[in-house]
Amino acid sequence: MTSADRPATVGAVRPAADNVVVLRGVHYAVDDKPVFRGLDVSMCRGSVTAIMGPSGTGKTTLLRLITGQIKADAGEVLVDGLEVARLGRLDLYALRRRMGMLFQNGALLTDLDVFENVAFPLREHTRLPESLLRIIVLTKLHAVGLRGAAALMPQQLSGGMARRVALARAIVMDPEILIYDEPFAGLDPISMGVVMRLIRSLNEALGITSIVVSHDVREIAQIADESYLLSEGQVVASGSPQQLRDHPSPIVKQFMEGLADGPVPFHYPAPDYREQLLGGGEGA
Amino acid sequence: MRAVAGEFLQSFLSFLERIGRLARFSFQLLALTPGGLLRGRLLIEQVYNAGALSLVIIMTCGLFVGMVLGLQGHELLQRFGSVEMLGSGAALTLLKELGPVVTALLFAGRAGTALASEIGLMRATDQLSAMEIMAVDPMRRVVLPRFLGGAIAMPLLTAVFVVVGIYGVQLIGVQFFGIDQGQFWSQMRGSVELRDVREGLVKGVAFGVACSLIAVYEGYHADPTAEGVGRATTRTVVISAVVTLLLDYILTALMI
Amino acid sequence: MRPSRTIDVSTGLFVLLGFAAILFLVTQITNREFVLRSNSYLLLAQYENVGGLKPGAPVSMAGVTIGRVAEIHYDMKLYKAVVVMRMDGRYNQIPKDSDASIFTAGLLGGQYVGISPGGSDEVLKDGDKFEMVQDAIVLENLISKYLFNQAGKKSADAPAADPPAAKE
Repeated sequence: MTSADRPATVGAVRPAADNVVVLRGVHYAVDDKPVFRGLDVSMCRGSVTAIMGPSGTGKTTLLRLITGQIKADAGEVLVDGLEVARLGRLDLYALRRRMGMLFQNGALLTDLDVFENVAFPLREHTRLPESLLRIIVLTKLHAVGLRGAAALMPQQLSGGMARRVALARAIVMDPEILIYDEPFAGLDPISMGVVMRLIRSLNEALGITSIVVSHDVREIAQIADESYLLSEGQVVASGSPQQLRDHPSPIVKQFMEGLADGPVPFHYPAPDYREQLLGGGEGA
Repeated sequence: MRAVAGEFLQSFLSFLERIGRLARFSFQLLALTPGGLLRGRLLIEQVYNAGALSLVIIMTCGLFVGMVLGLQGHELLQRFGSVEMLGSGAALTLLKELGPVVTALLFAGRAGTALASEIGLMRATDQLSAMEIMAVDPMRRVVLPRFLGGAIAMPLLTAVFVVVGIYGVQLIGVQFFGIDQGQFWSQMRGSVELRDVREGLVKGVAFGVACSLIAVYEGYHADPTAEGVGRATTRTVVISAVVTLLLDYILTALMI
Repeated sequence: MRPSRTIDVSTGLFVLLGFAAILFLVTQITNREFVLRSNSYLLLAQYENVGGLKPGAPVSMAGVTIGRVAEIHYDMKLYKAVVVMRMDGRYNQIPKDSDASIFTAGLLGGQYVGISPGGSDEVLKDGDKFEMVQDAIVLENLISKYLFNQAGKKSADAPAADPPAAKE
């Protein structure tokens, strides 16, 4: 997708819409290592929000906080006004039915074929007659362009195709929130283009809120309404892709322009170079 | 000295933690069992997975074990001049000990590892996580049917093993060594009681529950990496073997 | 759908096979006495010494097992052991004066109750007691009896054996 055919709505600030997902002052640590130190993030209903950051900043952890798979040590995580950490199992599951998530590697169930994979949530949660179920599944597969692959097994799909099937599965229950965990990772340019188009068009067509976690700056710039850049467990920059590109902070600059060295150092901490070479025998 | 004591305490505590986790897991499964028995489709698939697919190895090994029993038994009994006891002795051995224990060990090796690696792989490829997000409880959908499938399949496999084993004994004793067929069976009938069959089946059920539980637990708690899954399958076999033999002693002591 | 039909059929076969195996084990290789429960009746016998008789031991007549020892207890008033036997209802024509003795199966085998029929016209009914009994043979008694016998024989021969020695 070139900037020529980027929809006009990208980057536009939506009028005073409510925030579907809000994280306020979230602290979370794993084994005494802090992952989030007072994180504040909010996502507007109907928008595509991107979460970016260097590897290991806990982007996936953030998603798990939103889906309620983990609980924050402090702070609030609100989804549609409900505090996720406080929900009982049944309520949590009810909330999850309103969300759809696309995993990095698709996470298709390997013992079911494509059709059954997409049908899975329907079979588990609804008692739709078989004919209706078939129509829904085929419709969703058509939306991602894979209606013809319905009989294939996950092992027979390429990475891009698997991800598209996973997307079809994520939208089969018509969720209100769609979460994408590194949707562009490892894809060839064509597949990337396909996924980008799908994210954007699904967002428009279904009126949902999309949250995209990625570090592909160029792709994000083309589809996100708002982006958050995380570093060291906090938000270091937020705003439209344009605003981030013009951001003065050095770490934002390093990330957005892909510079090898900067606030995130090139060299892993090591003793003095000269001393180690000439001193001999110390360290690795 | 203090450091050693401290380390010892730590490993003891983590051992306790493990046991606690296993207990909690088991209770969870037990609580879900009544509901699990209703999901016919899933259950059937897992009984097939654990049972029907293990039939070949169970029957083959059963036959060989029976034949060895026949050979060894015949040789030993000849020294005491009571060769006619071959049928009874072998049948009782198979029924009460060899059948349940060997079946359990074979089951752990074939079905146990399959269960553990299936679940472990699902964990490593985020399939379990995906299910959670789709508001489907992986315990109910994936773990429970496999556990029940294994627990149901085991006693049945044990029975098949014993029957095939007895056939093997018969093959050697009657066909090969020429023990009178009528005597062989009548002696057996005379010494085997219903409670012996009951003992064997109770052991089969107990071992089935234990080995399936271990396999399913290891798979579910495997490290989500390739090595993690590998480790989980190894641990399944090892722990299943130890627990089976321990249970064997306990049950034998209780039932004798 | 997928080959779920094959799975169903195979599983069905497997389960059937398993149950068939269990059935085989239960019927073909055990002594089919589990019929005993229905229409059985009880008989009693009192002994000075039951030896190694245990509950579950067979009660037989002419070598055929027609009952089982259900319970053995000691009666403090009679100072005797009471053996309760559960008899197969099919064999309810045991004469009242039959003998119930405790035998040992084989050389070192378990003990059982053997019934030798008497000649009475009346038969034993549920709850009746055997009048004629023979206690279990206890090895120590047997040995001391034998020694006592031998000692008796020796003292009878003794005077004849002495004179050669007295001559000295």
